[in-house]
Order: sequence, then structure tokens, then C-alpha cells
Amino acid sequence: MASENILVNLEHARKSFGDTEVLKDISLTVEKGEVLAIIGPSGGGKSTLLRCCTLLETLDGGSLSFADVVVTTDDGSGAIYADKKTLAKARTHFGLVFQNFNLFPHYTVMKNLIDAPVSVQKKPKAEAEAKARELIVKMGLEGKDDMVPCELSGGQQQRVAIARALMLDPDVLFFDEPTSALDPELTKGVLKVIRGLAEEHMTMVIVTHEMAFARDVADHVIFMDGGVIVEQGPAKQVIENPQHSRTRAFLHSDS
Amino acid sequence: MINQFGADFLGLNGTLTLSSLLSQMGSGLVVTGQVFLITLLGSLPLGVLIALGRMSKIKPLAWLMRLYISFMRGTPLMLQLMALYYIPYYVFGIKLNLLNIDVQAFGGLMVNIPWVMTACCIGFILNYAAYFAEIYRGGIQSIPRGHYEAAEVLGYSKAQTFMKIVLPQVFKRILPAVGNEVITLVKDTSLCFVLALAEMFTIVKQIVAAQVSMVPFILAALVYWGFTMLVEFLLGRVEKHFDYYHD
Ligand SMILES: Nc1ncnc2c1ncn2[C@@H]1O[C@H](COP(=O)(O)OP(=O)(O)OP(=O)(O)O)[C@@H](O)[C@H]1O
Ligand SMILES: [Mg+2]
Repeated sequence: MASENILVNLEHARKSFGDTEVLKDISLTVEKGEVLAIIGPSGGGKSTLLRCCTLLETLDGGSLSFADVVVTTDDGSGAIYADKKTLAKARTHFGLVFQNFNLFPHYTVMKNLIDAPVSVQKKPKAEAEAKARELIVKMGLEGKDDMVPCELSGGQQQRVAIARALMLDPDVLFFDEPTSALDPELTKGVLKVIRGLAEEHMTMVIVTHEMAFARDVADHVIFMDGGVIVEQGPAKQVIENPQHSRTRAFLHSDS
Repeated sequence: MINQFGADFLGLNGTLTLSSLLSQMGSGLVVTGQVFLITLLGSLPLGVLIALGRMSKIKPLAWLMRLYISFMRGTPLMLQLMALYYIPYYVFGIKLNLLNIDVQAFGGLMVNIPWVMTACCIGFILNYAAYFAEIYRGGIQSIPRGHYEAAEVLGYSKAQTFMKIVLPQVFKRILPAVGNEVITLVKDTSLCFVLALAEMFTIVKQIVAAQVSMVPFILAALVYWGFTMLVEFLLGRVEKHFDYYHD
């Protein structure tokens, strides 16, 4: 059965902030090796969805699991979260790349990369460093090992942030608008890196405003508006031939 | 010869030579330095605990720390010192000279620490910790939420996040404000004169009264200034150490 390949399974997710319902019955699955792009207008709930998936926010209702790790269940009365230990285990399954990078400014590039593997996963330092050096090359950051984030461009910082997430070998990597804090020139470098990861079949969920990128790199696209999934399907189909009028309006206004 | 000339030049009357003035001031300066160092050693860490209590989710604790900080900052330090000094006697009926303690120093030497010294140090520690706590709180709250969130997703525990990610950044951010307080402390030690602790200002004040001369005040001003310049220099070195990044 295909379910063995399902890395993220979210069903009937609901989330409100006070009186505003931000997520209304969202369900999605992410299969191993899949790249899922989430697009939609501002305030549509994309970040909230990602934050709920990465346990930075708690769902009001719905069930969420990563492979065989069950984060929440819902028997109809609201989301019931698993214990702390299970949540910690779930966190080992995913990584998150933020819009504004959130690197640790007092650490060098190398230290940003190896600190979590060494102090959280208790990996030997030499092993972590070897892996970090590989990723530094892969991200096009040669020679930047000993620099601190403030000495790097935004694009370089974001590539360090991607490398930092990859250091922990996540099954799935979430991105929340990884390039919207960058100018077009720097955006290219970051998108190139993400494209490279897609070619290696890294499983990714990417919230983005880069439609051409979503069309070319993603397998599936979800269009979200007003806290619901308005339309979803194969990337090319949703972006080039949207069925829903809201999707069409969004894609036209955006480009 | 030089002393005599110095004394004439300074307008001191014959009973006090310059060298004796300087040696008395020197012994006062040692006490001033002791109060200064002991206060920092006590109040810098105590401030962390108070700040954490002040930000605690345990409401009564947060409330209590808030009250503490408000009281310590809202009443005169001089009054606090005097009250602390007399509390054992007026509240508990303990004769104050019973509170002088003998401590074995290095090399087996017995050193008597008078209650007035202990009281001054405790008073300064309790007062300065309140100020430091507020500085720490401001620093901790200035760290962007995103850093906590990045650490959380990477699997850091709460304690690891605080010790490895938050605290080092806080340290850099609060250095100027802490430096301000440290400089103020150099001069605030002179408040010990209300309890007649033999620190530099108390001694100088007595000499001024006995000698009817402003000169000791001028010398004392220069010594305090020199002391603060030393502190400024050291703070500059520490700041430089954290210069390797900005955010
Ligand atoms: N912590 C919060 N407290 C209250 N309301 C919030 C909070 N976070 C988000 N919201 C609200 O939830 C709604 C969805 O926000 P969200 O950030 O998920 O949208 P988005 O699709 O990511 O938008 P954008 O494209 O601008 O990033 C918005 O109306 C926002 O004001
Ligand atoms: Mg968003």
C-alpha cells in the first residue's frame, strides 16, 4: 500500500486565533520524495499551516502524524496531543526553513551547522564537522565556515539555514517563503539549491510566491485562501490551467 | 622633605603629613574595592534569579519579584543600608557586635569582619540585583522569537536554548547598561559613610572635617575617577571581545 510512503499526514486541521478561524478543515498528505508547493494570497493561513505542522503552534482540532509517529489524534472533540517524548521524536522527522533565516548570530557558519547535531543528537563533533563541510560545498558556501551570519548576504544566510536543517537528516523539510526576504538576484541562488534538493528527491513542503518555481519544481500545488484548500493538483495543471475562479484571480493578479 | 613641602603646598596643617593622608586613603580604598567586588559577585548572579522569577509563569513568584524590584528601586539605598544594619537589633534584639564574624583567611590568618561591612555588602547586593534583574529582563525579551522557534524545531531543550542561544546574545546586548550600573556602583560605595564603614569616602570626610581643608576631597575625586576609568577600560575590553558579530 502507498501509505507506507506517506511521511506527513494531516487530517481535518482546525486552528483559530481568538475569533478568527485561520485553518478550516485542512487535510493533506506528503509522500516520500514529493515536493509540495503551497500558494495563496496573504493572510490565507499558509504560515499558520506550516507552524502547526512543525509544532510551533497547536492545532485546535485534527490529527497529524509523521510516518509512524502520531502527534495528534482527534475523535471529534478536538486535537489531543501526544506526550513530550513523542513530540520530541516527531521533531526529528522534519526541518523548517524560515523566511528570515533565524540563524544564531553569535555562532559561526560551522557552529550553526554542527551545534544541534552535537548537543541535541550527541553526534561526535568530527563526524558533524565532516558532514557540515560537505553541505557547505553543496550550498556554494566554500570558505565561509568561520564567518558569522552578519558577514553573509541574505541569500548566503538562507543557504546556511537550509544546510542547518539538513544536518539533522530530516525526512521532510518545510519552507516558509524562503526567498521573500531576498532580492531577485539572491533569490536565484536559494531557489537553485532547493531545485537541487528536489532533484535528489528530498521531500519538501514549500510555501512560496514564486509561481514559475512552484510550477517547475513542485509535484503538487495547493492553493489556499481564507483558511481552506480551494484547489489542489499536479503543479503544472493548477498553475497553468486553474479550475477555480479564485485561483485564476490570484494567479493573474500575482504575475 | 618632600612630604613637608607637599603638606605646605596642599595647605594641610602640621599634624597630618601627605604620606599619612595617602596611606589612610589607601586603606579606605581597599575597603571600597572590597565592597565593590563583593557587591558585583553577589548581585550579578542574584539578578539572573530575580529576572527569571520576574518572568516566571508562576504568577505569585512573578508578582513577588516585581514587588521586590519596585521596592528596591523605589526607596533610597541609604535608607536600605541603615535599615539593614539596625534590623537585627531593633527587630530581633540581637546585639550588633555579636554579628562581627571571624573568618580564617589564606595562610591561617584570622580576619575579623565587622557587621557594618557585612551589612553594607548585603545591602548593596540586594539593591543592585534589582537593577541588574531589570536589565537582564530587557535583554532576554529583546531576543527575537524566531531564535527560540529555530532552536525548538532543531530539538534543543528549553535549558539548552536559554544557555546556548539566548544568554550569550543577551550578554552582548546588556553590556552597556550593566557597565553603567557598575560605574555607578564605584561611586555609590561612598554611601557606606552613613554606617561609618571605613571606606575611602568616610575616611576622607573625617579628615576634611579635622583638617579644615578641601584637598582630601579633591584627591578622593581623582581616585574615584581613576577607579571608574579602570572599570571603563575593562568594560571596553569585554565589549571588544563580543565585537565579532552584530545583529
Ligand atoms: N499569532 C497570531 N495571533 C493572531 N492572529 C494570527 C496569528 N498568526 C496569524 N494570525 C492571523 O491568521 C491569518 C493567517 O495568517 P498567516 O500568517 O498564516 O497567513 P499567510 O498565508 O502565511 O500570509 P502571508 O502570505 O502574508 O505570509 C491572518 O489573518 C493573521 O492575521
Ligand atoms: Mg506567511
